[in-house]
Amino acid sequence: MGTYLLRRLLIAVPSLLGISIVLFTVLALAPGDPFGEMIQNPNVPPEVVQNLRKQFGLDDPIWLRYFHWLAAMLKGEWGFSFISRIDVDRLIVQRLPVTLAVIGLSQVLALLIALPVGIYSAARPYSWFDRIASTLAFVGFSLPTFFTGLLLILLFSIKLDWLPFVYRADLSATGWQWWWEEIKQSIMPIAVLGLFQGASWTRYVRSATLDVIRLDFVTTARSKGLKERAVILKHVVRNAMIPVVTLVALTMPQVFGGAVVTEQIFRVPGIGSLLIDAIQRNDTPVIMAVTFVFACLVIAFNLIADLMYGWLDPRISYR
Amino acid sequence: MEERDLRALIEDVRSGALPRRSFIQQMVGLGLTAPMASMMLMHAGVAQAQAKSSYKATKRGGGGPLRTLFWQGATLLQPHFANGTKDQEGSRIFYEPLAVWDNDGNLVPILAADIPSTQNGGLLEGGKVVRWRLKKGVTWHDGKPFTADDVVFTWEYARDPATAAVTIAVYKDITVTKVDDYTVLVSFKQPTPFWATAFVAAEGMIIPKHLFGPYTGAKSRDAPTNLKPVGTGPYMFVDFKPGDLVAGKLNPNYHMSNRPFFDTIEMKGGGDATSAARAVLQTGEYDYAWNLQVEDEVLLRMEKGGKGRAHIVDGGDIEFIQLNTTDPWNEVDGERASAKSKHFAFTEPAVRQAMAMLCDKKSIQEYIYGRTGKATANFMNNPARFRSPNTRWEFNVDRANQLLDAAGWKKGSDGIREKNGKKMKFVYQTSINGTRQKEQQIVKQAAQKAGIDLELKQVTASVFFSSDVANPDTYGKFWADMQMYTTTMTAPDAERFMDQYISAEASQKANKWAGRNICRYMNPEYDKLAAAAKQELDPVKRAAMYIKMNDMVVNENIVVPLISRPRVRGANLKLTTTLSGWDLDFSQLQDWYRGEA
Repeated sequence: MGTYLLRRLLIAVPSLLGISIVLFTVLALAPGDPFGEMIQNPNVPPEVVQNLRKQFGLDDPIWLRYFHWLAAMLKGEWGFSFISRIDVDRLIVQRLPVTLAVIGLSQVLALLIALPVGIYSAARPYSWFDRIASTLAFVGFSLPTFFTGLLLILLFSIKLDWLPFVYRADLSATGWQWWWEEIKQSIMPIAVLGLFQGASWTRYVRSATLDVIRLDFVTTARSKGLKERAVILKHVVRNAMIPVVTLVALTMPQVFGGAVVTEQIFRVPGIGSLLIDAIQRNDTPVIMAVTFVFACLVIAFNLIADLMYGWLDPRISYR
Repeated sequence: MEERDLRALIEDVRSGALPRRSFIQQMVGLGLTAPMASMMLMHAGVAQAQAKSSYKATKRGGGGPLRTLFWQGATLLQPHFANGTKDQEGSRIFYEPLAVWDNDGNLVPILAADIPSTQNGGLLEGGKVVRWRLKKGVTWHDGKPFTADDVVFTWEYARDPATAAVTIAVYKDITVTKVDDYTVLVSFKQPTPFWATAFVAAEGMIIPKHLFGPYTGAKSRDAPTNLKPVGTGPYMFVDFKPGDLVAGKLNPNYHMSNRPFFDTIEMKGGGDATSAARAVLQTGEYDYAWNLQVEDEVLLRMEKGGKGRAHIVDGGDIEFIQLNTTDPWNEVDGERASAKSKHFAFTEPAVRQAMAMLCDKKSIQEYIYGRTGKATANFMNNPARFRSPNTRWEFNVDRANQLLDAAGWKKGSDGIREKNGKKMKFVYQTSINGTRQKEQQIVKQAAQKAGIDLELKQVTASVFFSSDVANPDTYGKFWADMQMYTTTMTAPDAERFMDQYISAEASQKANKWAGRNICRYMNPEYDKLAAAAKQELDPVKRAAMYIKMNDMVVNENIVVPLISRPRVRGANLKLTTTLSGWDLDFSQLQDWYRGEA
């Protein structure tokens, strides 16, 4: 296990380097200019734009810019946004709490839906519950989030006027009032994302559980006289969860990336909307920093998922 | 309209026969801006009307929160680094200029004690020197006094090329000197007819010397005040998250009495225009939304909710089509659409005229824009009541057909016109935008009836409006036969706007397609007029010249103006705002209040 871990970590370094080179090259070759708006503005003389470009090193050749970026990254400086003139790590840190809260909670909600529904459907396959749950799951992950988001807004904000649909990161209330308002404004984006994710996970949990339920040892446990509940919860679930746990671990990096569409609809100031904004404005340092962190998280969680898989399933061993 | 006609009108205003407001509207009808018209009157010595404030609240504060939605959120709060109007609006909450433009084109003093004029001795040496008197007793948010030193410092800061301020063009050719603590002199190199540029409106916000002083030149980006603005404005800084949120609270020492009305202000960013309209007009969650580029029928439906309504304010922006007189499909000297090449069809005036007649502006206005757009014949804007006698537009498919037949373009067997073996197939490009695609369809249908085949091309907005040298689809390259977009009037004076057609500004490879004359229109007569107008001190003569320049470009059908685009804002029914088409939305933020509907 130790050598396996070491080997994986060593491979991770060139992978990350390769990823960063590809990212940087693609961004450099992509059309668009961070100072495009300024160039169009007739009141800004071209010398100012040239000056700014020189200040930010935009006129250097690609490989030189890449090395500057790499050197800065290794020192811990994540860059300086062209558009906001502020350090990139400050931008990310500003948006991190909201992203973790809203997106993180939606993953938790998805789990809370997927696990019980999936296991129960598998325990009683083809029953009414199973049929309804499966249909709803299909509907759930076929409908795009912008559609369900708009539906919820129309219903809860406009028709019923129960919930606000613009997320405000700076609620002025305190104490219980703050919690109440925070819940009211977060419940729709969390629900939209959670239901979408939960729908696909339900199917996965169901099929994983079904695979285990038909195995011999389950029949043995039943014939030993164990209560059905004990059979399912103590024996079946534990084994069925192995692939599910790895699946959940692999989707964890998504929490950092945010959910771009939902953030747009509800105006949640998360990292997803930061990324999309930066892409549209060609703010290269922000794009590089966010996507690079995302790449690191994906590699890290892949490693964690592999390790967990080996730990949970004694049949797997690493060489 | 000739110069003497303009002078006659001015005399009418002076004698009282013609109301000032009608004069201004008529000038706007001819294509000038309200501020230009106002300056014409000021130069002639006609005193400006006393700006009547609509503010009715009787005490400072107590109004609760003011919630505004700017679907493009502010990314910077330093007015001299602003990337576009959203950043200027965000900065304007905290910073103030000496004066702003109201909707009638009058200058309203904010940090100035009064507006310089010939009567009060503010305009000296025929417009070469302007004396501004500053308000006394104004303090910055941190308590330090506002003096002439701050004004002089703002000038030094903005004009330094190492600072790379976007407002540099306004400050680099002037000299600002301090006379005493509350008086400054702004001197131009030559007598300048439109002198109200420095320290006025969006580009004129004053920054504090005691905080920005150590951070000039190349160190300007390190100033902590860049992110935590300290100004003289009605609200003090609370919080800023770039792209998301700007928060401010009431300034208890604000220099205008009984203002501001609101206790806090919030400028939330993100999302799109339609949901912003929804939040103000339908659910009332927000009090004000900026720049609602939404179709009018959607706005009307939302207004039925009875919570808010759309405000439409005239400005100088115009949606228009450009016809390419150069050849974008073949290279000359290694360059496509070179100014030396000729388009196979659009070099003929008859063809351009026919194309202009095929643009159904009325339908575009009625079915797409509604209240949010007005069909126009002028490149400079045009309200319906006062139409310029010099230019007119008509939509006439039959006449277009006749013109083309007479010019020798005969319809082939497939219904497409051709001449000398070349068919009339044009590529018509614009940015990706639901409204624009509908406009393209309307023009294409009409063109088809006249035997012209239009291939519609759409380019994503962030690419179309960029200046990327390597990309063939930018609007600056204009490598298509026709293109359409909105050009915005970013300054209240027409000079920069009309500079778009001088030969020296032709967009070509040599200047990396950064020239503003995208049609590559070369007319020595136009160039002569433009050069003369720059030097002309008499604003009336100057106005007459600009009107002539506008008529030249439009009557030759180099451009086909379609829709004059006023600014559309949404506001809660109870909110009273002061919107101006010639300045920022927040230009008179201190006068906003909430009353009974």
